[in-house]
Amino acid sequence: MIGRQEAVRRKDGASLSRRDLRGQANAWIQHHRLSAADSLMRILDSPGSSVLTWLVIGIALALPVGLNVALDNVSQVSVGWDSPAQISLFLQEEVSTDRLQELGDALGARQDISATRIISREEALDEFRTLSGFADILASLQKNPLPDVILVTPDAALDGSQVSALRQQLQGNSDVAEAVLDMEWLQRLNSLMELSRRLVLAIGGMLVVGVMLILGNTIRLAIESRRDEIVIVKLVGGSNGFVRRPFLYTGLWYGIGGGALAALLVSAALWFLEKPISELAVLYESAFQLTGLGVMGSLNLVILGGLLGLAGAWLAVSRHLARIQPR
Amino acid sequence: MISFDRVSKRYDEGHDALREISIEIAQDELVFLTGHSGAGKSTLLRLIMLMDRPSRGQVIVNGQNLAAVRPRNIPQHRRNIGVVFQNHQLLFDRTVFDNVALPLVIDGYDSREVGRRVRAALDKVGLLRRERAMPIALSGGEQQRVGIARAVVGKPKILLADEPTGNLDPTLSAEIMNLFEAFNQVGVTVLIASHDLVLISRLRHRIITLSQGCLVNGRAQ
Repeated sequence: MIGRQEAVRRKDGASLSRRDLRGQANAWIQHHRLSAADSLMRILDSPGSSVLTWLVIGIALALPVGLNVALDNVSQVSVGWDSPAQISLFLQEEVSTDRLQELGDALGARQDISATRIISREEALDEFRTLSGFADILASLQKNPLPDVILVTPDAALDGSQVSALRQQLQGNSDVAEAVLDMEWLQRLNSLMELSRRLVLAIGGMLVVGVMLILGNTIRLAIESRRDEIVIVKLVGGSNGFVRRPFLYTGLWYGIGGGALAALLVSAALWFLEKPISELAVLYESAFQLTGLGVMGSLNLVILGGLLGLAGAWLAVSRHLARIQPR
Repeated sequence: MISFDRVSKRYDEGHDALREISIEIAQDELVFLTGHSGAGKSTLLRLIMLMDRPSRGQVIVNGQNLAAVRPRNIPQHRRNIGVVFQNHQLLFDRTVFDNVALPLVIDGYDSREVGRRVRAALDKVGLLRRERAMPIALSGGEQQRVGIARAVVGKPKILLADEPTGNLDPTLSAEIMNLFEAFNQVGVTVLIASHDLVLISRLRHRIITLSQGCLVNGRAQ
């Protein structure tokens, strides 16, 4: 079946078989392309289980990312509350009504104060009477127990520490019994936000590890189902890298698909919430608008998914491929 | 080309697969390896393929002492050896062409060169027209010839075959052996493990007989 002529040709061919580096690099790239395409085809060949895997990864990624977007939105709202913190000046009892007016005008003229509002002790008592329902008890009092109050709104350009300094300064005024900066609730909110962020980070970290393990397991199953093929490839001289490549691409595709699905889920959730939130914002006379992931955020999510997929696949491949040896 | 120097292989469970084997196989030789099953034929081939390491002694293949080949260089070593298996070891989800192309794809040939070489190899085993077929659609003899085409497509200097005619009738077996002889004639060292004594004694080549891991005789033809 094979003649002498053929034989001669064959021997000549042996020297032609040496390939230059460029050829080898091209072949390497080509195998990457082949592996990538082949892995994608295999994933698309079983759409049912692939979609399930994508969903699992997508949901696991969407949860922390969605919570993070929610926190971003909340902190955006509270930024608006940060500067018009008010300082309440409770004045000494002996301050006269004229002096009260004078002090209010003087403070209102300052650069670092945008507005003042004077609440005289009589006004305060009226307000308290109507709001508290203690009218009878208050009527029985000999004298008004409430002090005069000036509500000071610091200039919007001042930051938290400058507002604190302003309070300190106003406290020094001899007519002022006490200057109270009404920011404690804001600090509470901020630390609550900080706590929530950490919680989201912790949940996110756990879910990320979960995603990697899920992917690792999926890849492990893929490796098992192609055991025979791996053995044959190793027998005819396939390196570990060659065997690894298609599985790494499988992980990459699963991760990218999961990331894209997560971005989609977060966008869908925002779209779902947008209408009631804007209605709520109108009721509060706020110009607040829901911010989503944006193009960059979505892209980052897809990239993150891809990296997780690669990492999970690497984990599975390094654990299981070495064990498959030709026997 | 292949040299065994007092090679012993003892498996973990204490079974001695090879005992003090010394063999020299020259570059232009075709050698049959025979003996009952369990005599050590497969173990000997496995040592050449570096699927196993000897317990004692040294194996030298193509001037390379295999003890010095590190695990990461084993794939490179295997690419220089063509192997034919009794059960063909074909990939049943790929065409004949893709099966034969596998060693070249692994070795990083560009696709034009792959096509040229695969067709040349398929032509040699008489299966050029079946390149688009799936292995499952082929007869046992044809499948074995695909396996042979895959073994020779990378133009190895050494061709190993483990019971290549195990499941074939005498006529097909003789055809397969003729193919191996043809490759031997163009300078490929061929080592065939077979227990088909009737067939191999008709072919005039050296026969190495193993019995319980020992060399019985290694008479040259």
